[in-house]
Amino acid sequence: MNAPKIVIRGLNKYFGSLQVLHNINLDIAEGDIVCLIGPSGSGKSTLLRCVNQLERAEDGLIWIDGVPQGWKEKAGRLVELPTVDVVRQRAKIGMVFQRFNLFPHFTALENIIEAPIRVKKIARRDAEARALALLDKVGLRDKTHAYPSQLSGGQQQRVAIARALAMEPDVMLFDEPTSALDPELVAEVLTVMRSLAESGMTMLVVTHELGFAREVANKVVFMDKGSIAEQGEPEAVLFAPRNSRTKDFISSVLR
Amino acid sequence: MLHLKRVRQPHYGRYLGGLILIVLMFLIARAFAGGKIDWEIVGEFLTARSILNGLVKTIIMAPLAMAVGVVLGLIFALMRMSENPVARYSAILYMWIFRGSPQLLQLFLWFNLALIFPVIAIPYLFEISTVTVMTPFVATLLGLGICQSAYTAEVIRAGILSVDTGQGEAADALGMTRHQAMRRIILPQALRGIIPPVGNEFIGMVKATSLASAIQFTEILNAAQRIYYVNNYIIELLIVATFWYLLVVSALTVGQYFLERRLSRGFSSRTSLAQRSIEGGKAQR
Repeated sequence: MNAPKIVIRGLNKYFGSLQVLHNINLDIAEGDIVCLIGPSGSGKSTLLRCVNQLERAEDGLIWIDGVPQGWKEKAGRLVELPTVDVVRQRAKIGMVFQRFNLFPHFTALENIIEAPIRVKKIARRDAEARALALLDKVGLRDKTHAYPSQLSGGQQQRVAIARALAMEPDVMLFDEPTSALDPELVAEVLTVMRSLAESGMTMLVVTHELGFAREVANKVVFMDKGSIAEQGEPEAVLFAPRNSRTKDFISSVLR
Repeated sequence: MLHLKRVRQPHYGRYLGGLILIVLMFLIARAFAGGKIDWEIVGEFLTARSILNGLVKTIIMAPLAMAVGVVLGLIFALMRMSENPVARYSAILYMWIFRGSPQLLQLFLWFNLALIFPVIAIPYLFEISTVTVMTPFVATLLGLGICQSAYTAEVIRAGILSVDTGQGEAADALGMTRHQAMRRIILPQALRGIIPPVGNEFIGMVKATSLASAIQFTEILNAAQRIYYVNNYIIELLIVATFWYLLVVSALTVGQYFLERRLSRGFSSRTSLAQRSIEGGKAQR
């Protein structure tokens, strides 16, 4: 068996004196779709943000493809990576936010080509060709020159997904991608995510969409009060939870 | 009842206010027309050579000093927001000194710098006497520009803070460096909040150049003073100076309006949205 794509070991994270992550251990294989579920404040988003170093954990480590993130072993010690290297590691991980966070002063196309041109130094023409293909993929080719304020929430989120994919990431992180959307717009975003999952992308998704988790994920992780309370196959976690808090949470969401 | 003619609420207050204003304007105009002002002198000196010279100096100095203010202001705003405590406290100290003391006093200090440092030198490279360097022009540029930068730094900092933190995070997540995120994502959005107050401060700067009359920088007011010291038409020449200041400031106000409109790309109200979709259509073709 190959080493897992992402390995998380002994992660502890504090905001001030409040511990928000307790000894998190998690393995994610290449092509896995992992859904993180749990009540709000349970540390799901924080864990996700630790993976691409938007947050830094006080203890523990995350390896991606066997490479420790944010630190480097040197003469028997862990040395903090310089910012340039952190930025380079981040560029390989795509992230989609709850509030889209599109750049409002750029059109859809400009949003997508910005990082490939600036970070990957791709020629503008190539970046644009690729961006148009991505806009096709998310079904928004006709919105190429629209500004975010001219798009619905669902359209904005699809552009945001295209923007993340334009960097050709190995891993995609989704932080409650449908939570800020009107109910009728959720489906279009989930459709895009589903097709991405089918393409073999490794995905880590914080979500309240249990239907999506059941249908698309091959692992569901239930978090509570900063710890992983239960993890396993979707059917097992969602339909036959062993942990009483998982049970309570799932019944409260389904009600 | 649907066919009845609709009568809007009357606005008596507006009519009354307008009337009072017209009467007041008339009285003021009459007072000035009948006052001891020689309007011919005003007309004669309005385009006098030395006055126009002063106008040119004001027009050159204000943007230059403002440029110094904005560039230094940006640097100190970024230092003030830096994670590096040395940078942060240096910026705080700088702002404290230059915001805490009067502008006129700062001008005198720069102009008289030679009293403290008779020569400016980089050892073994070059050396020059301070009096030669610190002309009224240079002293004004530094005095006004540096003082301005201490204020502009706070305006820029406020503008940067007003940008949604999600924007910086999105840039980070895409692998952009701090510098790229600041220049491409955050500052362009912060500008919307920065331009209006900086526009105001630019207008203030045009007027602040008149302080430099005290250190012999021959801008408009200084030029007017030099004339009335000789011919004693004090009010007439002050009116001439007022006229030119008003004209320059009016031009700037118009410029600011267009700049703000340009910067509202992507953010906006319904009217400009319609306009943009037209432009977007053009771009597609």
